[in-house]
Amino acid sequence: MVTPSPYYQPPPSLWPAVGSLALLAFASGFVLFLAKAGAGPYLMLAGGLLLVVMLYGWFGMVIEESLAGKLEGQVDKSFRWGMVWFIFSEVMFFAGFFAALFYARYIAVPDLVTAQSIWPGYLGGWPTAGPGSKEAFTPMAAWGIPAVNTMILLSSGASVTWAHWGLQNGRRWQIVLGLLMTVLLGLIFLGLQAHEYLEAAFSIRTGIYGATFFMLTGFHGAHVTLGAIMLSVILGRVLAGHFTADSHFAFAAASWYWHFVDVVWLLLFTFVYCL
Amino acid sequence: MDAAAIHSGYQSHPTGPMRWLTSTNHKDIGTLYLWFSLSMFLVAGSLAMLIRAELFQPGLQLVQPGLFNQLTTMHGLLMIFGAIMPAFVGFANWQVPLMIGAPDMAFPRLNNWSFWLLPAAACLMLSSFFVPGGATSGGWTMYPPLYIQGGIAYDMTIFAIHIMGLSSILGAINIIVTILNLRTPGMKLMTMPIFVWTWLITAYLLVAVMPVLASVVTMLLTDRHFGTHFFDAAGGGDPVMFQHLFWFFGHPEVYIMILPAFGIVSTIIPTFARKPLFGYVSMVYAVASIAILSFLVWAHHMFTSGLPAGAQIFFMYSTMLIAVPTGVKVFNWVATLWRGSISFETPMLFALAMVCLFTIGGFSGLVLAMVPVDVQLQDTYYVVAHFHYVLFAGAALSIMGGIYYWLPKWTGHMYDERLGQIHFWLTAIACNITFFPMHFLGLAGMPRRIPDYAPQFADFNMMASVGGFVLGASQLLFLYTVIKCIRGGAAAGDKPWEGATTLEWTLPSPAPYHSFTTPPTLEPDNHHGHA
Amino acid sequence: MNRVKPPFSIALILAAPGALAEMAINLPPPATGIARDIYDLHTLVLWICFGIFLVVFLPMFYALWRHRKAAGHAAAGFRDNTRLEVLWTVVPVLILIGMAWPATQLILDMKNVGDSDMTVKVTGHQWRWEYEYLDDGLRLVSNMSTPRAEIDSGRPQSAHYLLEVDRPLVVPTGSKVRLVLTATDVIHSWWVPALGVKQDAIPGFIKEAWFRVDKPGTFRGQCAELCGMGHGFMPIVVEAVTPEQFAAWKAGQMAGVATTRATAQAAIGKVFSIAELMARGEQVYNANCAVCHQSTGLGIPGAFPAMDGSAIVNGPKLAHIDRVFNGKPGTSMQAFGKLLPDQDIAAVITYERNSWHNRVAAPDNIVQPAEIAALRH
Repeated sequence: MVTPSPYYQPPPSLWPAVGSLALLAFASGFVLFLAKAGAGPYLMLAGGLLLVVMLYGWFGMVIEESLAGKLEGQVDKSFRWGMVWFIFSEVMFFAGFFAALFYARYIAVPDLVTAQSIWPGYLGGWPTAGPGSKEAFTPMAAWGIPAVNTMILLSSGASVTWAHWGLQNGRRWQIVLGLLMTVLLGLIFLGLQAHEYLEAAFSIRTGIYGATFFMLTGFHGAHVTLGAIMLSVILGRVLAGHFTADSHFAFAAASWYWHFVDVVWLLLFTFVYCL
Repeated sequence: MDAAAIHSGYQSHPTGPMRWLTSTNHKDIGTLYLWFSLSMFLVAGSLAMLIRAELFQPGLQLVQPGLFNQLTTMHGLLMIFGAIMPAFVGFANWQVPLMIGAPDMAFPRLNNWSFWLLPAAACLMLSSFFVPGGATSGGWTMYPPLYIQGGIAYDMTIFAIHIMGLSSILGAINIIVTILNLRTPGMKLMTMPIFVWTWLITAYLLVAVMPVLASVVTMLLTDRHFGTHFFDAAGGGDPVMFQHLFWFFGHPEVYIMILPAFGIVSTIIPTFARKPLFGYVSMVYAVASIAILSFLVWAHHMFTSGLPAGAQIFFMYSTMLIAVPTGVKVFNWVATLWRGSISFETPMLFALAMVCLFTIGGFSGLVLAMVPVDVQLQDTYYVVAHFHYVLFAGAALSIMGGIYYWLPKWTGHMYDERLGQIHFWLTAIACNITFFPMHFLGLAGMPRRIPDYAPQFADFNMMASVGGFVLGASQLLFLYTVIKCIRGGAAAGDKPWEGATTLEWTLPSPAPYHSFTTPPTLEPDNHHGHA
Repeated sequence: MNRVKPPFSIALILAAPGALAEMAINLPPPATGIARDIYDLHTLVLWICFGIFLVVFLPMFYALWRHRKAAGHAAAGFRDNTRLEVLWTVVPVLILIGMAWPATQLILDMKNVGDSDMTVKVTGHQWRWEYEYLDDGLRLVSNMSTPRAEIDSGRPQSAHYLLEVDRPLVVPTGSKVRLVLTATDVIHSWWVPALGVKQDAIPGFIKEAWFRVDKPGTFRGQCAELCGMGHGFMPIVVEAVTPEQFAAWKAGQMAGVATTRATAQAAIGKVFSIAELMARGEQVYNANCAVCHQSTGLGIPGAFPAMDGSAIVNGPKLAHIDRVFNGKPGTSMQAFGKLLPDQDIAAVITYERNSWHNRVAAPDNIVQPAEIAALRH
């Protein structure tokens, strides 16, 4: 008989393999969809659903382990470190797109202006749809909906912190109210973003401006959605009586993620909308 | 709740395929990684055999240009993402917990997922040979606009890279957290075994740059299908922007593939010199400075893309600077050998060959760092020679050395020393016959990635092909030796290498399924994790 | 490199191009000042590397021999030596500074494209080079002239197999030639080793380079950036001639342009027979189209469409002409209107419409040069 380790060792699990299968199905479906094969969207859907099942099953298992007290102490510390480095990897993902934005603005477009023999009359500047584009377009103004959205996300950052204080001081109503407000603000943000997309006078095809605008705001929106889902799950768990003042890694992780999404928006607002 | 119920995972684990599919054990997962790597090594190696067969003599004989480009592209992608990186992660899985006295990795289930994502990605990559238009043929560097022109396989490669990137990021986070949080009490960062240090830094590099690769291939995907203009001048984009973003990933990636090799060599040399590693602290600082500098040198892959003089000069200086910490490592290895009591078992032979040959790769790297010289050599066989000295003679030889070094611990059996030595000499000699003439080809003006060449390049190409065939065939001997060792052989005992000092040698061989369930105690005067 | 007399035979092999003239093991003999400076810089760096290699590995092999266990050597116990470690960090830095200095000078020299005597615009296409003498408006397209059949036979025969072109770039000796480079489809790279020039041609952007050839001669190079299937088959040939010869060549070319234009003009007025068009068309097809679409017309499934049975080839004439004339953006299909004369385009379209299993009904089976010329206005 082996002495059990104080560090929790999970039993064998099929969920990871299910997750791989789901991603393989989703990716294959996407490939087929791009190749305009009929089965593509169905395979994507199947892969996506399987992924949801996997996440439900896997996280459900982790929640049970957490409730059973297996994830305390050193394990809890591992989880915290893990989340920090995961968020760092997300930061670097966005950094790639921001780098594209800066490169295009400060290097590519000025270079194109010097290539007058290829692009006669191109003046550059920002925003631009590039020298091959003849039609004019109206860029997104910063001081309308985007400014409102900035306020909304900043408030949601405050409300999630307020909920966290509630948790630390054992005031359950404050946690619930704070989380509810945060998720609600997130949804309002997404609604306004959707409205902005529909009203936009340009598209993702509108040269480098359209490409960087929609890719950056689009991936940010996807992260807000994910963050809102995470916070909703946390809200559900709070209602189910989970978490204590000194054991609430999942709550902390979701709120860190939310703050990360907040910070990305501030950068977006500065560099995509204002400047 | 009693302890046995909490730790139900300890009572039993499934057998047969389910053992491997559902494993949460770092040793099983390490084994999976290593087998995956070996199979991809053989597949990608076979592609290289086809390449060398076509280049055996001038004229097109076996392979048409389209297929030739598929072979070079897939050889590169599979070797990098399928063979070398997973091999090092396999070592990390097996060795990091054993060397720091941890019961397992920090996130055993996530560890399983990191591995099982790889076969999914490999499915996409390998099956792309059979789709209309064939596999990706735009080079492993995927430069647009050429990459935009390709067919279905190009999308499959993009998704495969996303999945492999996810695998690398999750694996790296797991390794970082394991090292930071699960060291046995008393083992400080500056007393960790050097292999663990190299992997900690490698893992940081992975977390920092794999997401950038993910974002840049996403841009390729949207440029291909969704009308964005990231890399299209007409829309205000720039093909060179891709190169900047790609190499911001790509250069640290080079170190991701060599730092763990440094770790393995730095473990093997002291063992067989029977003498502590010289300059441990400077070794750690050297690895760290190489890692930091790796973020500042990316544009040396683009010296002919038309960068302004100022940028060329900056990237030349930063690249040359990398020679300093790399030199420190080599000097330290030599100083470790100095006045040792040296013996030449197979792992040691591989490590010594790595030191010599990697240094040649380092020197050709220095030559390539000089912008004016690089202008002549960029995209020639000189570059092919350079990165094969670094990645084959540097990374692959270390991997083989590491396998021989730890196989006794993993299997409980000694490998066949005679076969190991034969494998070593065949590999080391054939590797030089294959790759050394490529320096001359490049200097004389042969571009890389061409299916046919002018007759003045014929002699050295034939030499490289013959060397390549021997090199390829020798690896079958490697496969045989490894299998033979797994199936039997002399009992290894706890510590078959008298000079070995790290914690894994305090365990029985083969290492038990669950090890260090209670953290081991270190000697109060221990040095660098040596028990 | 004859200036340095190496004492080691292996070093001789590494550094002396003359020693093994048949097996080229070094950079080709330089033909420009820049190429010579690069050659010397490379030799310098190589020698430094060789020296360091000896300094590091002689002690190592000495230790491997003298301090081996088999000889009964007992291990010492030292683990570090600060003075030594500082020394081998600082000394390499000094050596590197010594290498960086000449390299920096040379970079600035290579980047100095000012004060040029003439400018040539180089455009990379899949898979041919186009040169335009910007000062006189002279334009020529340079294709590899090694026959496809010779390559496929697997037995190279030509003296300059794969390194020969139908129309080389001709430049005068002694003049500073500025190149402005671009591409129309994917990235190519214009490289002539003897001139010390390698510069990527990036679609949509202009990049610059320069060279000044000392003595007359023919210099060969190849595209250095992977550009698709024909990457190995787009060589570069530069012929440097005396300024007098250059002037004569240019006058001849200008006259030739006039003659060609007149012939082309005449061709527009002329009605060719289908046999004439088919004969010319087959040549044009094999030179320009067969790389992708194959001489069998079957293409490469999934990558390059078949011409045999193609809907465009067998469909309305105008759509077919449009595809050949304007190309298909985002693919390797070039806009041949810019690369081929009208009669060649007419011939190749006629050839495609009447070859393999394609039998387009008259009168749509024949395209005359006049129909192509009409598109140019």
